[in-house]
Amino acid sequence: MVAYLLITLVKCLVVLLILLTAVAYIQLAERKIVGRMQSRVGPTRVGPFGLLQPAADAIKFILKEDVTPDGAHKFLYVLAPMLAVVLALLSITVIPVGPIVHLFGITTALQITDINVGLLFILGVTSLGVYGVVLAGWSSNSKYSLLGSLRGGSQMISYELALGLALVGPVMLAGTLSLRGIVEAQAHLHWFIVPQIVAFAVYLTAAFAETNRVPFDLPDAEGELGAGYHTEYSAMKFAMFFLAEYVNMITVSCVATLVFFGGWMGPLFGPALLRALLPVLYFVAKVCCFLFLYIWVRGTLPRFRYDQLMGFGWKVMIPLALANVMVTGLVVALH
Amino acid sequence: MPPYYMARYLPILVQLLLGIGLASIIVTLSYLIGRHKRSAVKGRAYECGMDPVGDAGHRFSVKFYLVAIVFILFDIEAVFLIPWAIEMRRLKLFGFFEMLVYMLIVLAGFYYIWTKGVIDWNQPEGADGEPL
Repeated sequence: MVAYLLITLVKCLVVLLILLTAVAYIQLAERKIVGRMQSRVGPTRVGPFGLLQPAADAIKFILKEDVTPDGAHKFLYVLAPMLAVVLALLSITVIPVGPIVHLFGITTALQITDINVGLLFILGVTSLGVYGVVLAGWSSNSKYSLLGSLRGGSQMISYELALGLALVGPVMLAGTLSLRGIVEAQAHLHWFIVPQIVAFAVYLTAAFAETNRVPFDLPDAEGELGAGYHTEYSAMKFAMFFLAEYVNMITVSCVATLVFFGGWMGPLFGPALLRALLPVLYFVAKVCCFLFLYIWVRGTLPRFRYDQLMGFGWKVMIPLALANVMVTGLVVALH
Repeated sequence: MPPYYMARYLPILVQLLLGIGLASIIVTLSYLIGRHKRSAVKGRAYECGMDPVGDAGHRFSVKFYLVAIVFILFDIEAVFLIPWAIEMRRLKLFGFFEMLVYMLIVLAGFYYIWTKGVIDWNQPEGADGEPL
């Protein structure tokens, strides 16, 4: 039991370290890539190719004044960014990055924990994320923040439905909610993207809306709402919302990879060491493709209008996801 | 791996504690290191540099509440679908038709809220002209 807890602690710390580094460099990659897309070069001054820019940003954020507006509800105002970060970090626990490995005489899964309701756990924790947005907007006592959080709240709950319903199809094909089980059901290149292409389209769109990214970034639409629900936040509290947003992006990219693209599955070849490393590399490569897609979309698409956003979510996405569930159900029933 | 299944949830607790720890450290460090120089203007709500008008606690569209209510109904539907989906291979056609009936009932409600204009953000009132 003590060994189990120790292994868990090591895994959690490693995952946290990787996540925080990944978030820092995704942010840099985003600024670089969007810069290129707009015929700019992006950050280049701090370190070679601007590689130390995230460190400079972190130092700057921490040195800035931490302002609390006079009208704010002090406790909830501090709680909201903490809640956002904690929930974002929590959903990563059930994500497997590779098969079960034998390392230094220990047999362990490349995953913090494998529970049989993994996917449901992720859906539950990400839907709690709406509290961070709503509490931040409400406790700031500012009109921009309140409007941003109202928009964010109803957008996130609307698209969460489509997100959950889209995942029912692949779950039906796999017959399990365990993420490891879903990946193992896709062995031999039977990726669920092929039979579940509709579900994938719905999932991907809903995932963009869930993480408040372009073209669904209405909660923090710069042109109309200041910075939306985090208008009144400064210093590290402001940065924490970004940390949460990017960790959530990584999480939904991981889920897309696991559920639709066979997770760590891929051709294995070469010596034993390479065969052990390849699955993790495949997984990371697939997740990076999704993260690049996020950035690419941000550099390409304009923002939705609010009535279009809600109309699209309820009138297109949800019926489409339901139809996909019923068709998949019929096929599985007849099989 | 310990013998009891529930022990698999322990790592989630560990991660939760680490997450809370990390978030607290970030907030505390930022509070301790950043400088503090309060002023009356700085403490006001941001309204693009203009003097703030009134309070943020004013009323907003009832549609946000309606969306939340409709969300609860459909989320419960989604929750019912998930165990059904896992057992679909064993339920066969029987399970499919049972769910079809259930789905039709839910869709009837969906049709109702659609015609009522709950998800139509362009109209200030319901489709039949009555205020929502």
